[in-house]
Amino acid sequence: MAVTYQLIETITVGSGGAASIAFASIPQTYTDIKVVMSLRASDTATQILLSLNGSTSNFSARFLIGDGSTVQTGTLARYVGASTPSSFTASTFGNAELYIPNYAGSANKSYSADAAVETNATGAYLTFVAGLWSDTSAITSLTLTGNTGNFVQYSSASLYGIKNS
Amino acid sequence: MPATYEPITTQTLGSAQASVTLSAISATYTDLVLVVQGTSTVDEPILMQFNGDTGSNYSWTQLGADSGSGVFSSRATSQTSIRIGFSSTAQGNHIAQIMNYSNATTYKTNLSRSNKGAADVRAIVGLWRNTSAVTSITVIQNAGSFSSGCTFTLYGIKAA
Repeated sequence: MAVTYQLIETITVGSGGAASIAFASIPQTYTDIKVVMSLRASDTATQILLSLNGSTSNFSARFLIGDGSTVQTGTLARYVGASTPSSFTASTFGNAELYIPNYAGSANKSYSADAAVETNATGAYLTFVAGLWSDTSAITSLTLTGNTGNFVQYSSASLYGIKNS
Repeated sequence: MPATYEPITTQTLGSAQASVTLSAISATYTDLVLVVQGTSTVDEPILMQFNGDTGSNYSWTQLGADSGSGVFSSRATSQTSIRIGFSSTAQGNHIAQIMNYSNATTYKTNLSRSNKGAADVRAIVGLWRNTSAVTSITVIQNAGSFSSGCTFTLYGIKAA
């Protein structure tokens, strides 16, 4: 049986941090792609943001977020989910998953994202995100950034490809 | 290394259809993942039935948010199907995980995530009150159709 859920690449942030995590030259041989993240920000950034093929335009997203006491919704273009800011418990990294079906197709690209930040303290977020990139291009590169600052050392993201046959 | 995440079947619609059935699901996996992606002719719930059961044997609870209602939660019992998402005339995706689907001793539960751009995001838990192994899944577009080009893919996950 062929392997149909395959690691394409893992990127781990090195010493000094990184402003972004980028997957370039994504193969077009899968049906869906999935990104699994473990991230912490170097500053007060609480947003993980997405760009595709170098574009930051034509994105829309709706989020549902809870922080342990309140729940709220809103829209934020390019949003993937909440990240862990530097003010939260040291050495805690938030987890997130991003799923993009039919990423190589010719329709606009919808995505699903879930993110969780838990710190054994008041700093916590659980996020569901529905997103859309209104662009018919096949996705060939994917970049993650914070809304400010860097991802700290040991932050990581893994890109998987999933085939439907 | 053995493959533990395998495609079982996939369908791409060549024309609009009100429902899609994925059948002959073998019992060789532990869990199932259903990925639906595309557009519909209406903004309406997407429903799921198992093994052709149209009885009032389903229930679901959802947590979501949309542009009109803000944050919401609701539930329904003794339904003739499980809700797994809410469709859109714009591109959306709906991902359902069906746990321990092939055992013959427990009722079957599933978790879904449904996404349609900036309009709607939700998570839904569903229950089918039947101990039979799941051998087919019917995905139904309530009060409309899935559009041409919509894809339905079922994956199997093995615990070992």
